Amino acid sequence: MARREAPEINAGSMADIAFLLLIFFLVTTTMDVDKGISRKLPPIIEDEQEKPPPIKEKNVFVVLLNSQDGLFVEDDYMDIEDLREAAKEFIDNFGKNPLSSDNPNKAVISLQNDRGTSYEMFIAVQNELTAAYNELRDEEAMRIHGVLYSELSKDDKKEIQKKYPMKISEAEPVSLGG
Amino acid sequence: MSRFKRKGKGGTPAISTASLPDIVFMLLFFFMVTTTMREVTLLVKNTKPFATEIQKLERKSLVAYLYAGSPKKRLQGQYGGQPKLQLNDSFADVTQIAQWVETEKEAINEAERPLMTVSIKADRDTKMGLITDIKQELRKAQALKINYSVRPGEIFSDQK
Repeated sequence: MARREAPEINAGSMADIAFLLLIFFLVTTTMDVDKGISRKLPPIIEDEQEKPPPIKEKNVFVVLLNSQDGLFVEDDYMDIEDLREAAKEFIDNFGKNPLSSDNPNKAVISLQNDRGTSYEMFIAVQNELTAAYNELRDEEAMRIHGVLYSELSKDDKKEIQKKYPMKISEAEPVSLGG
Repeated sequence: MSRFKRKGKGGTPAISTASLPDIVFMLLFFFMVTTTMREVTLLVKNTKPFATEIQKLERKSLVAYLYAGSPKKRLQGQYGGQPKLQLNDSFADVTQIAQWVETEKEAINEAERPLMTVSIKADRDTKMGLITDIKQELRKAQALKINYSVRPGEIFSDQK
């Protein structure tokens, strides 16, 4: 008896199966990507004796956000567009201006907000301050290695991080009102 | 000349659907690769603010998510319109954060527990009062690595 050829499997329902899977994935998943601004919170200091050493006032860049989302930098009103430049100038001062920071290692940015500040404004300010540091790091990387900071090797990155450590302090909660 | 005589009846021939499964599979793989599984049912509004200086969270297994924002429209009758904190699948009080951090830490391999990151996914209209409270509780719970979750884009980019 001659061997019969195996009949071809009908693939007409393949599309239906694939659609079913597709719809399942569409429903159960989200496009949400995990991107954000990373920060490290300071541990709570319980011992009075372990107080951190005092920092000279000129090395602190005070950024205030009031409940109306008003931005005050070193006691002056400022637009958010100017914050990045102001922060860069402060960090990269190297003692040029006697009222500004001594060097990037000593410079600290203190960000204080009111309970009524909106989260969006807070993130915008955080973003600008981070951008100031990132731009300075980029410039330094360009000067030394001729490439952007993000393209450096791990060791080179560390070196530049040491030169421009990101010191943004989110102060203890206070009520600023206004 | 009968060489060009049409065979059979006229009318348009049926379009072949043989490549349909391939197309659908392609779509399926695209979605499988670009999306992530929904982990919780969101009970709060979650329009994240924009930022440019973003970092990607590297290890998914080391990240714990908490959500903050006003309850969704359909839940506002029950829970009010004030921004609230959501842990896992339910609304929670900020004092419950310490307990929650402990549970999340338990789920992580012991050697990697110090690397745990808490991702704060807050709605842009949330007031900082709630966020500050959350941050204080996280400090108390020794969960110091945090990440403010944002969408990539220029700041305030949909309001100008």
